Amino acid sequence: MKVIIVGDGRVGSTIAEQLAKEGHDIVVIDKDVDALKESANVNDVMCIEGNGALYAIQQQAGADTADLLIACTSSDELNMFCCYLAKKIGAKHTIARVRNPEYSQQIHLLKDDMGLSMAINPDFAAANEITRVLLFPSAEKVELFARGRVELVERTIKAGSLLIDLSLSELYRKFQIKILVCAVQRGSEVIIPDGNFVLQEGDRIHIAATHKEIEKFFKRLGNLKDKVKTVLIIGGGRIGYYLAHQLINIGMDIKIIEQNYDRCLELCEDLPKATIICGDGTDHDLLKEEGLAHFDAFVAVTGNDEGNMIMSLYASTNNVPTVVTKVNRATYADAIDKLGLSSVVSPKLVTASRIVSYVRAMHNSLSSGVETLYQLVGGRVEALEFSIKEKARYIGIPLKDLSFKKDALIACIVRGRETIIPGGNDSIQVGDSVVVVTAAEHRLYDLEDILQ
Amino acid sequence: MNKKIIIHMSAKILRVEAVLLLIPAIVSLIYREAQSATAFFITAAIVAAISIPISLKKPQDTTMYAKEGLVIVALVWIIWSVFGALPFYISGEIPHFVDCLFETVSGFTTTGSTILTNVEVLSYGMLFWRSFTHWIGGMGVLIFVMAVIPLTSKHSIHLMRAEMPGPDVDKLVPKAKSMALILYGIYAVMTLILVVLLLLGDMPLFDSIIHAFGTAGTGGFSMKNASIGYYNSAYIDNVLAAAMLLFGVNFNVYFYIVMRRFGLIKKEEEVRVYFGIVLLSVLLITLSILPIYESAATALRYSFFQVTSVISTTGYATADYNTWPQIAKTVLLLLTAIGACAGSTAGGIKVSRIVILFRSVKLGIKKMIHPKAVGVVKMGGSALNAETVRGVLLYMIGYVMIFGAALLIVSFNQLDFETTFSSVLTCLGNVGPGFGAVGPASNFAALSNLSKVTLSFVMLFGRLEIFPLLMLFTPAIWKKKFV
Repeated sequence: MKVIIVGDGRVGSTIAEQLAKEGHDIVVIDKDVDALKESANVNDVMCIEGNGALYAIQQQAGADTADLLIACTSSDELNMFCCYLAKKIGAKHTIARVRNPEYSQQIHLLKDDMGLSMAINPDFAAANEITRVLLFPSAEKVELFARGRVELVERTIKAGSLLIDLSLSELYRKFQIKILVCAVQRGSEVIIPDGNFVLQEGDRIHIAATHKEIEKFFKRLGNLKDKVKTVLIIGGGRIGYYLAHQLINIGMDIKIIEQNYDRCLELCEDLPKATIICGDGTDHDLLKEEGLAHFDAFVAVTGNDEGNMIMSLYASTNNVPTVVTKVNRATYADAIDKLGLSSVVSPKLVTASRIVSYVRAMHNSLSSGVETLYQLVGGRVEALEFSIKEKARYIGIPLKDLSFKKDALIACIVRGRETIIPGGNDSIQVGDSVVVVTAAEHRLYDLEDILQ
Repeated sequence: MNKKIIIHMSAKILRVEAVLLLIPAIVSLIYREAQSATAFFITAAIVAAISIPISLKKPQDTTMYAKEGLVIVALVWIIWSVFGALPFYISGEIPHFVDCLFETVSGFTTTGSTILTNVEVLSYGMLFWRSFTHWIGGMGVLIFVMAVIPLTSKHSIHLMRAEMPGPDVDKLVPKAKSMALILYGIYAVMTLILVVLLLLGDMPLFDSIIHAFGTAGTGGFSMKNASIGYYNSAYIDNVLAAAMLLFGVNFNVYFYIVMRRFGLIKKEEEVRVYFGIVLLSVLLITLSILPIYESAATALRYSFFQVTSVISTTGYATADYNTWPQIAKTVLLLLTAIGACAGSTAGGIKVSRIVILFRSVKLGIKKMIHPKAVGVVKMGGSALNAETVRGVLLYMIGYVMIFGAALLIVSFNQLDFETTFSSVLTCLGNVGPGFGAVGPASNFAALSNLSKVTLSFVMLFGRLEIFPLLMLFTPAIWKKKFV
């Protein structure tokens, strides 16, 4: 597919890298020569210097024959204009990054007229991600599949856990709960395990199951955290605002600490149910005064990565059960892991992975089709949801009789209202939704691809 | 410095040469030349035996930055030349290895200088291989490799940039591999058309292929001692002259024509200047040689051929221009230095660099008159960034330094100044013939071994545009701790 990306910032370069790796033809447009040079050196992409909202530049980039134009500059207006222009020239689809909450509220009115296929708001997407973590605090990360009926949760095995030294087949037998461990991160290694795999302390496991089953499983393990009822949010920026808005709607009690007084006034107006504190979130006296230790969850979403990390560490040492940290620069991820902050959200990565999954789904819309795609373990494992639309050679054959590629497994099958965590005797039928977990280098486009 | 990836990549690229060596082997078999066919098969076997085991071991760390890219390019060119010289040596058709090396480097760098006093005694297989190196070297060894085998997609632009001539290399399409395929596609089609046109001029098939290779790569190896003069045909002269002129044009232009994006061609200011220089030179030389030839038409034919041959850095000859008046010789000498367009198969300093240098000087003068004046160097209607201009100036300094050093070494031969000076210039510009004792009617056989090795390197410096090769000789790069 031919994809044009306007804006070579953090999001733009991440998308370009991902899509170029998948073999798409990528053209990147930006005004900044240095950023372009960096991109041209690292990725197999073509770079054009100039204003992406100009007809001549888009023409040069070949917008008339492009399948998709993604506008992700820092300016919302420019992004929307780029998409509008590209659509006029002949690009088939367009995606705009729109950050301003006031614009994104009205985007559905403009979407058709502007020819936008998708408008993505990185802050909103990041807030969504954080909300999901807070909704299910026992896990470090949660992804939803099959319209929310199946969850893929991430969890670290801590010292003294019942799971240590248990092989997966023993685990399934012992607990009698329908769950599936689909990926294990051990040190820097990522494993797609089979039944003989033995769990160890420090492993980070990804489990697929329905919400009920996972709750049961954690209860049996004896460390189901209580539901989050009160949340302390540091930073009242856009993410903070969206997050507070979503959490209040769910019914949680929210306190926001924000430094800028004017911003605080705006927040008071927009979020009447939240408590707004004007002050410095890095000031530990203030945190104590506001009762840090009594909160169920702590979320650091200021614009400063280092500050967010320090505050989160402080919250962890004060025994706040759930701590979520926003980190913009994804390169820090490894270091943060070592520090013991397990729930990290990067708006850049969230946005990029949303767009990449959209591109994939677009790419596959004619074949059996990827419905959703989630990247786990820093993009090294992918969980994909396929909907089975037509007959294929694997239909109706028990899974134990199919030979799968190494590093690929079927995590669950959704059939009508039923959710099946498959065993060897289950089979795939037409009309099912199937979630597959696989190492990212496999790059699935069709369910057929995981068979040998 | 990731030495493992350098070795791995170099070996991987060397494998391709083993396959390429089979093509002249087939030609030898067609002409029933057992000796040269054996030589090619032995060389191919040696290359395969060395490269395949090394290339199979993939290093864990595959990161490649600009420095690794530059070093790989420089190494590959040297290695390819050394192994490419083996068939001449094994078959015994060129007895001394230094001569073999000179001949092969001259082939790959599309210089076309030869050490053979009598080309016509070579076997068909060797003649084919000599010219085939022109064809591959013209567009680029690595770009060829990139088109046929998948290299690591990341960072592959570094390889392309180090090999493509000109101050600034941009991709015209997103993927490096498709770019390489497009370039070679255009190149192959143009070569094929040239072969057909030569056949129509009653040139034998083998001769047509040899000369089409020599012209397309702007190399200049012929299979006749008298070069193109042997055929003594106005049609062939004019076809080749036009072809040389066109192969000296930036390939972007052909790409735009294929893609029907004619608007972008107008921005290629370099091509306009290139044609301007050619027109002016042809006029000047025609006027100066008018007294020598019987008619104005003949004078025009010889001057047009010689001007395009030299500016495109091909080096074919239809006349011994050593006997022409001094003004004609000086014009040709200047053209030797200038060369054709960036992004073509030609060598030399490149017209675009000359334009940038000229405009930088103009800007410098303006700044002396108005010390507070602000100005930019423009090319094709848009301003160049300071980095590009600085790169051109740096290239020029490197060029002069290499030239001086080589001049000094070649001077040990005790030849006259005209010969010494023009032999270094012609090698650095990848043209081929010079003046005096290395003129179009003679060759480089008289030089000492030291001079031949030096000039071989000078040719590589010229083809790779100074810096990749200079980097190879920078001690810091090879230190263990260098990262």
